[in-house]
Amino acid sequence: MSQSTMSEPTESYVRAEVRSWLEANWNPEYGLVEWRTKLIESGWGAPHWPRQWYGRGLPVHFAAIVDEEFARIGAVGVAKAGIRTLAAATILDHGTDLHKEKFLRRILTGEDTWCQLFSEPGSGSDMAGAVTRADRRGNKWAINGQKVWTTSAHKAHWGLLLARANWDVPKHKGLAYFILDMKQPGVQVHPLKQMNGHASFNQVFFTDAMVEPEMMVCDVGDGWTVATTTLMHERRGADGLRSWAQASNRQGRIYEEEKAEIASTMEPYKWYPQRAGRVDLVMERTRATGKIKDPVIRQEIAKLLIMSKAAEWTARRARAAQEQGRPQGPEGSLGKLVSSHVARQAARVHTYITGADALLAGEDSPMGGVIAEILVSVPATSIAGGTDEIQRNIISERVLKMPKEPSVDTIKPFKDVPRNVAASS
Amino acid sequence: MRFSFTPEQEEFRSSLRRALEARSPTKEVRRLMATDQGFERDGWQKLNQELGLTAIHIPEAYGGGGFGQADLAIVLEEMGRGLLCAPFLSTVLAANAILNAGTEEQKSALLPAIASGEKTAALAFSEDDGRNDAEGVAMTATQSGAAWRLEGTKSFVLDGHTADLIVVLARRPGSQGEDGLSFFTVDGNSPGLERKRLKTMDETRKLARLTFNSVEARLLGEAGAAAAPFARTLQQAAVLLANEMVGGAERLREDALAYTKMRMQFGRSIASFQTTKNKAADMLVDVELAKSAAYYAAAALDEGDDDLPAIASLAKACAAEAYLQTAIHAVQMHGGIGFTWDNDTHLWFKRAKSSEILFGDANQHRELMMQHWKH
Repeated sequence: MSQSTMSEPTESYVRAEVRSWLEANWNPEYGLVEWRTKLIESGWGAPHWPRQWYGRGLPVHFAAIVDEEFARIGAVGVAKAGIRTLAAATILDHGTDLHKEKFLRRILTGEDTWCQLFSEPGSGSDMAGAVTRADRRGNKWAINGQKVWTTSAHKAHWGLLLARANWDVPKHKGLAYFILDMKQPGVQVHPLKQMNGHASFNQVFFTDAMVEPEMMVCDVGDGWTVATTTLMHERRGADGLRSWAQASNRQGRIYEEEKAEIASTMEPYKWYPQRAGRVDLVMERTRATGKIKDPVIRQEIAKLLIMSKAAEWTARRARAAQEQGRPQGPEGSLGKLVSSHVARQAARVHTYITGADALLAGEDSPMGGVIAEILVSVPATSIAGGTDEIQRNIISERVLKMPKEPSVDTIKPFKDVPRNVAASS
Repeated sequence: MRFSFTPEQEEFRSSLRRALEARSPTKEVRRLMATDQGFERDGWQKLNQELGLTAIHIPEAYGGGGFGQADLAIVLEEMGRGLLCAPFLSTVLAANAILNAGTEEQKSALLPAIASGEKTAALAFSEDDGRNDAEGVAMTATQSGAAWRLEGTKSFVLDGHTADLIVVLARRPGSQGEDGLSFFTVDGNSPGLERKRLKTMDETRKLARLTFNSVEARLLGEAGAAAAPFARTLQQAAVLLANEMVGGAERLREDALAYTKMRMQFGRSIASFQTTKNKAADMLVDVELAKSAAYYAAAALDEGDDDLPAIASLAKACAAEAYLQTAIHAVQMHGGIGFTWDNDTHLWFKRAKSSEILFGDANQHRELMMQHWKH
């Protein structure tokens, strides 16, 4: 690229560049990994990444233009779904050159699958209270303990692990962050069945799982800071991470391979639309059932639509502020909590609309079980990814600047902090 | 424009806020709300003329500023915040009715005095049963020669006891529903018009009952064709009031939050208790969602949105619930002091209550919204 690095390139320049590269190189008869390898070398797979690491060093807002050009020609992009994006972001921010060399390329090609080993049975909202142990054993680290709510752990090659390496300092200071090889005898993965019958997550047990010292990210004591980076990217990318990837119906070898990848990646998330309450089904269902005439149900539907529309417009306000480069107001911090309200009211409305049929499940219930699945999946919305209670604390402390509750666990060595008895397997 | 304001609008909002803070501190609100008029003509005219408030949405051809309803909504939001005691909402609603129903000639004759602030105006449509629709109009208008005479009663008329000009909705004798409705204009001091101020729960919002004994009136627009302009005027009223409400709700929320930060109990500020913090977070959600709905609806007014009837009712219902809930939380967060007369919270609490009911409560607007929902 001849463009000067001193000034930002123009939109039309970037568009022309990516378009001409795609026109010269794209071919749907490539294999998925073969194409992505080529793509990564060009820097167009992750244009906002640094030049030395498969990117072009472009400001992040150009990503949309690049995506448009890919979509225009139907070109497949790099692997983006799942925890691998969080791994990449964390490694780019905090990883060593060794980490970057070893992992980034295979993240982009999709050859490696990742999982996030943060939550534990004894620490859900209080993630820094992790008690999975990391002990020096010879020249390696030995990991013992248990993680939970781990998406894709059964497929993952690598895990982002938060573990306690020092028990004599306050809790946030004793954590270390590791990149753990999931394919080793000390790691056992069991599915965790949820109240809606699906098993989208896993429990992961460590019995002397071993980690090379160079696979620690930063130092002992920095683990919490690194984990915060991962979580920040998770929060920022939550929509993209879980949005329903749509397989292309175009013809070509690469589309077949991509389709299989999407089916596999999206498998754990197949009930997620129901978790959000399926507001989109309400008007159609209420007309089909004749409940549209019931004045009480009309009121409940209106309450739902008001909340859902106002939530949508609030998100648009936040985005508009961001696009105009203005500081985001409080409207940007409310989405997660509001989505719980919407989901709950939607489940209530679906129940009213459905009547006695809401007693049934599976093929005996309306829409082949979709309605039943809404009713038993919505409770996850107000828990997963930060409970409503934690969201309210975040809003009150960060947005409204209200003081924290007096802390009893951050002022003494972690070994002296009262905690849950380790769950037995 | 539905999701953000222009820098000019933001600038306008801050200068307005500064002016209202200076001219209408709570002490002044309390003084004016205790008067029979509910405002001071000189003070209001001065403020209005300086800032051109009643001129904003009136086209330049009729002596106005030529801005939109969205700009008007900003004024209402700030007035709701400052609880300004002035016949502003009443006057702009009457001006909207004239804009929606009047002929060119009538607009040219009536609007310049409203824009300049020389005349205040009121919109009279509800009667003793308080309905906000065509069905509820029983007042009759009969024509003899070129003159019309009004017979009947209007009630819950915002600033009806002080308005210089009253826009009245009446019907042809024997007509029903949307049929036979016409708008008229009447001078406030017309012979045969009896005006009685009603004692109101929200003292900052004055309402009047007007009895028309064969009052001579001028037809506004076309005879028998007021149903559509009336419906549009009501939609504008719902949206403008929604914006006024979110201004008041935000003020209450901010004041209650500030109070919890300074109030000490059990050796710490009550803002450090999670039960208080949770409530404060919920209040922020309620108010921000209602703001989004109110702003969106205000922009929809100017953009000729086909969904306006649904959106206007959505905004009104949303803001009504949010304002009242915020007011309930705000009193609670203040504790005992919040229930006293001397504490200012009740002024906004009552405004929340009066706004909830005025032009139709949340239940009515949710039903209207469903009737107009197209998706």
